Amino acid sequence: MAPLDDLATRADAAACVHCAAPVAPGTRFCCTGCEGAYEAVKGLGLDAFYARRTAPSAKPQDDGVIQDYASRVNVSPEGVATLHLMVEGITCAACVWLIESVYAREPDVLDARVNLSTGRLVLKWKGDAARADALVAVAAKLGFRFVPFDPSCLTRAGDAEERDLLRATGVAGFAAGNVMMLSLAVWVGSDMGPATKDLLHWVSALIGLPCIFYAGLPFYRSAIGALRGGRVNMDVPIAVGITMTAAMSLSETIRSGPYAYFDAALTLLFFLLAGRYLDRRARGKARETAEHLLALRAAPVTVIDPEGRARAIPVDAVKAGDFVQVAAGERIGVDGEILSGVTDLDTSLVTGESLPRGAKPGDPVFAGMINLGAPLRLRATATGENTLLAEIVRLVEAAEGGRSRFVAISERVTRLYAPVVHITALATFLGWYFLIGVDWQVAMLYAVATLIITCPCALGLAVPSVQVVASGRLLKSGVLLKNATALERLAQIDTIVFDKTGTLTQGRPVLADDPARAKDDHRFAASMAAASRHPLSRALAATIRDVSVAVGVVEHPGQGLTLGQAKLGSRAFVRVDDVLAGPATGPELWLDRGDGRKIRFAFEDAPRDDAAETIARLMREGYAVELLSGDRRETVRDVAAMLGISEWRAEANPAAKAARLAELAASGRNVLMVGDGLNDAPALAAAHASLSPATGADVAQVAADAVFQGAGLSAVGELLDVARRARELVRHNIAASIVYNALAVPAAVLGYVTPPLAAFLMSSSSIYVVVNALRLGRTRWTRS
Amino acid sequence: MDTLLILIPVALVASLLALVAFLWSLRSGQYEDLDGAASRILFDDEKPKR
Repeated sequence: MAPLDDLATRADAAACVHCAAPVAPGTRFCCTGCEGAYEAVKGLGLDAFYARRTAPSAKPQDDGVIQDYASRVNVSPEGVATLHLMVEGITCAACVWLIESVYAREPDVLDARVNLSTGRLVLKWKGDAARADALVAVAAKLGFRFVPFDPSCLTRAGDAEERDLLRATGVAGFAAGNVMMLSLAVWVGSDMGPATKDLLHWVSALIGLPCIFYAGLPFYRSAIGALRGGRVNMDVPIAVGITMTAAMSLSETIRSGPYAYFDAALTLLFFLLAGRYLDRRARGKARETAEHLLALRAAPVTVIDPEGRARAIPVDAVKAGDFVQVAAGERIGVDGEILSGVTDLDTSLVTGESLPRGAKPGDPVFAGMINLGAPLRLRATATGENTLLAEIVRLVEAAEGGRSRFVAISERVTRLYAPVVHITALATFLGWYFLIGVDWQVAMLYAVATLIITCPCALGLAVPSVQVVASGRLLKSGVLLKNATALERLAQIDTIVFDKTGTLTQGRPVLADDPARAKDDHRFAASMAAASRHPLSRALAATIRDVSVAVGVVEHPGQGLTLGQAKLGSRAFVRVDDVLAGPATGPELWLDRGDGRKIRFAFEDAPRDDAAETIARLMREGYAVELLSGDRRETVRDVAAMLGISEWRAEANPAAKAARLAELAASGRNVLMVGDGLNDAPALAAAHASLSPATGADVAQVAADAVFQGAGLSAVGELLDVARRARELVRHNIAASIVYNALAVPAAVLGYVTPPLAAFLMSSSSIYVVVNALRLGRTRWTRS
Repeated sequence: MDTLLILIPVALVASLLALVAFLWSLRSGQYEDLDGAASRILFDDEKPKR
């Protein structure tokens, strides 16, 4: 057992060995999922994983959705199959090692490479596509979840831009180093002859000019784009400053003058590019999540043509009136009407209802629902842009339009700043040339120094650097920031509105304890339930580890299961007497083993682990907390009471939720909406700021400003805390750059600053601002 | 002066080589998973041979 003395048990005696969640003393696991994952890792002889990891593993989750991996496989002519997967549950590098080690043992797998930064796995094997499901299952056992995606769905533009920036940074660094060396020789070599000095200047020009041109491209492009649109952005003064410096240095070199400052321009470029690259990298993470969501929506639809053949076609190509086949476990891609098949539907994406709903021929279904039971045949009534799902997405987009009035602070400051910079530089030139009457080259020199020194780099870095550090910091605690202005808006929050199902609660049924229930009955029911994909069955089966699947179970979709005389299912199916059993208070299953005894299995949607604690802390910090749910009154009341929320509203539909937020906004509140469902999406978009769990509906995640991962709610408090501290730092940084400019600009205008000194001062102010921002990154280490 | 004529090209060639190496590593995807690469080096020892 020695190597298994893992970090969880060492740090805290009562913590789950796998996910480190608190457990009752004497217990090693918090749930059967964790136990299963632990046994799987141990069974493979990869126990070292637990010693190596630096963060607790994610809790394995089984949401009952079967992914069709085989259809996403790309088989090359040489017979190599490739599958791209998003992996959920990677918490540290040890997870990468674990997944790769597991695949390294599979005989046909040629390559399995996990990218820790993006959480993607590329799996390559020899053989046919059908092996995909089995291969994915190998690592899924360890507690990771896999989602296939089509890499061609992801826009490569972002990646290409990132690489361009890095390449430009490299070129600028190369040139800056060399030119600096030559310039140093000129400065130090006071006894240098004019011919040698000219030679060094010419070499500098030969290296510097092409590199300035190449490395400056990102700034020129952005500046020209802004000017074309009639705007001024941060890149305009940068582009002008660099061009002027280069042009002046070239003219000095040609007339063998004393001033050539290619090194100043190049160093400036190098620092700016490095900052911009880091900024883009941090943002790329958030962008990837959004792209991931878009990629998921592109699942193909199986259409039955008039000859009765099934064909999988892209969802865009389905027309209203087509006959569509939906397999069990598959997500429905179109709105339609059921022609044949009786099943259960997971409607949580569309209605927010956490429990499945029975469906029979004639019932309408909507895109986004998941077919849990038997195969269905539909007639499509609306496709693509006409579906209810698309309608709700449009609603979200309309509400998001209202958010575009928020402009990032740095943009606002630049708008005022850029004209001032250019006018000051021009005035410097005119003043020296006409009033004082120096040579035009000298006047130009002072003007360029002014331009460089006022180059709003510190200002330009003041906000993004804080934002980059804040998003990195949040990323470590599992929160993805998606929006540039989100931090500013989050800092203004005074009211928090929570959705219930899936946000405050875990959003999936968990079997409630019942001391009266016999262990044997429980086992029997679990073995029957293991044969079904119904969420209640899965929740029941999950309570017993290594449950053997009973042979001969017959599923009656929408009702229950039978095994010989035994029945497991709804109240009506098992013929439970309502008078004796009392009214149903929540989701339940009944078991009759054929002897007439009726045994009840009640389920509850348990609150997230730390919900009560988090809400109490938020209230202590002065936030008003409100609960807004589409669920029934009694349920909402109970949850509100359990968590200590006094302000709650039940039975609110999406429009009512959005209306409540508008009401709060009208009364001057800045509301943070936390919700996970499609029905929350309009409210998420309408709120001042919004947050959605990573387990939430795609649309909710797209509508939200930030997405949080993990089983707990503490991310909400962390996010607000970081946002407030970030606001303070931004203010501090802006103040610092204003002070710097107030001191440096007069010196430059009066001609006391040479361009290299200006570049030095500029860089040091930028470094100050960045170091200041880094203070935010100091993380509290909860576990070492 | 003569030394300069030799040393400047030598320095330039050396740093050009570094630049080319950088561009090559960029093109071959060495910068795509910086987080993973940092830890991966510690894990390779026990990986079975393919």
